[in-house]
Amino acid sequence: MSTTDKNISAFDVAQVRKDFPILDEKAYGKPLIYFDNAATSQKPQVVIDAISNYYSHYNANIHRGVHFLSQKASNAFDDVRFKVKHFLNSRSEREIIFVRGTTEAINLVASTYGRQHVHAGDEVLITAMEHHSNIVPWQLLCEEKGAKLKVIPMNDAGELMMDEIDFLITDKTKIISVVHTSNSLGTINPVKEIIAKAHAKGIPVFVDGAQSTVHSVIDVQDLDCDFFAFSAHKMLGPTGIGCLYGKAELLEQMPPYMGGGEMISSVSFEKTTFNEIPFKFEAGTPNIADVIALGTAIDYLMQMDRTGALAHEHELLNYSMHHLSKIDGVRLIGTALNKASVVSFVLKDINAFDAGMYLDTKGIAVRTGHHCTEPIMTRLNIPGTIRASFLFYNTFEEIDVLVENVAKAIAFLKPQHA
Amino acid sequence: MNSIAALEQQIVEDFELFDEWEEKYQYIIDLGQKLKPLATEYKIDDNKIKGCQSSVWLHAYNVADKIFFEADSDSTFVKGEIALLINVLSGQPAEEIISTELGFVDRIGLRQHMAQTRANGLAAMIKQMKLYALGFQHKTV
Repeated sequence: MSTTDKNISAFDVAQVRKDFPILDEKAYGKPLIYFDNAATSQKPQVVIDAISNYYSHYNANIHRGVHFLSQKASNAFDDVRFKVKHFLNSRSEREIIFVRGTTEAINLVASTYGRQHVHAGDEVLITAMEHHSNIVPWQLLCEEKGAKLKVIPMNDAGELMMDEIDFLITDKTKIISVVHTSNSLGTINPVKEIIAKAHAKGIPVFVDGAQSTVHSVIDVQDLDCDFFAFSAHKMLGPTGIGCLYGKAELLEQMPPYMGGGEMISSVSFEKTTFNEIPFKFEAGTPNIADVIALGTAIDYLMQMDRTGALAHEHELLNYSMHHLSKIDGVRLIGTALNKASVVSFVLKDINAFDAGMYLDTKGIAVRTGHHCTEPIMTRLNIPGTIRASFLFYNTFEEIDVLVENVAKAIAFLKPQHA
Repeated sequence: MNSIAALEQQIVEDFELFDEWEEKYQYIIDLGQKLKPLATEYKIDDNKIKGCQSSVWLHAYNVADKIFFEADSDSTFVKGEIALLINVLSGQPAEEIISTELGFVDRIGLRQHMAQTRANGLAAMIKQMKLYALGFQHKTV
């Protein structure tokens, strides 16, 4: 298959785009080209409708009302836990905890499992390509406990140096937390292999699935990860909601994260007993509307031609890398063999932010900077990149416009004395 | 030397020639490319204002009660913004710099682009210019 051919797959992009009303918007009077999907995805109309239907027709607090609306809202909410279970292929819906997003999920595990098991002199292992949200919570834990944060290094292409792992996992390692797919480089990490190595030494593994959940089919039983987290807003759902998956036997042993209503079994001034999992970790009235809309996003993903969508994303990636790399002055950052549809690049002698703003004036939405992964930029000795991240609703024609305008940006912004 | 208000008015009038964000962007880049580079002796960490997207180096000195600024950035767009600020503030009396509200940033439509890139250094730079003015004012009083 040539990397330059268009429309190889039978995936019907034009039809899919009709489901996303925002894709018809204009930016400065020009057709919007949305290539900032790694920051947040756009939402299909059904997801937008799910939120408004909930507030228009059955808004009520759940699990406590005896009335019609509360029953209806409770049923809709409870159904979503089963949808997530099915979506991630977990053993039980009890293993699914609703959180605000991946960041909260990582903080939850670091504050509960981490506080329980990591002590002075112990080690927590992460990778060189973590998002800040999978660094800082572990750093805080290590500082509190007098433990050490260790890092699996990466090579110049942006791939983990797997040979190093055997030396980095020691008797002191208490938990390993790895990003499944890098938000700034697109690298898909061999998490299954890391998990197997960790389990051989009895160490649990947390997988940050913020980027991977929309770009791959997740099976937590096949991965055998101990924890997995994702954010709804990066996979067609609303902001402010996400899920933590944890193996039931681990979740049951963990202390609660926050105290409040819903997470208790009984309360007196002397003693509180906690609810069963997953409710033990869900204090307070949950984000009902967004949980329901997350369920709709999962329905959408599971009912669409997912295989076609993922193949289309892969073709978009190859097409963009092929054409961007042909432009004089473009250097691709992150050239791992196994990549999701994220292309990061730098321009010779041109500031990434200036180029990003140039693209913005043309209606093209990209992100520039360190993408909340400063250690990656330090490792690669660059201040930041320009990142275009694609989702299945993007087109080859949009990439043509990007490529054309990257070339124009270089011509416009190149230093005048050069 | 014109007053801050008069210099701001001139910038606002210059920008009234542009309808599109694209044209404003190109004009600011042009200003950035023409800004005199800061001498390397002043491009030091002590003078650095670190933003999320770019870094700014700001050097200030006074001649009598007037404060002068020179600055640089790794971003040409930010250098263009710097050129606008220097044009308005450099050479003004300290008390004028401290009390000005710099309405032109809003009036030429730059504020919306500042918000989208949280800290391209401009907001931090205005604050730092005022702090310098305050520092010099106390020294000279």
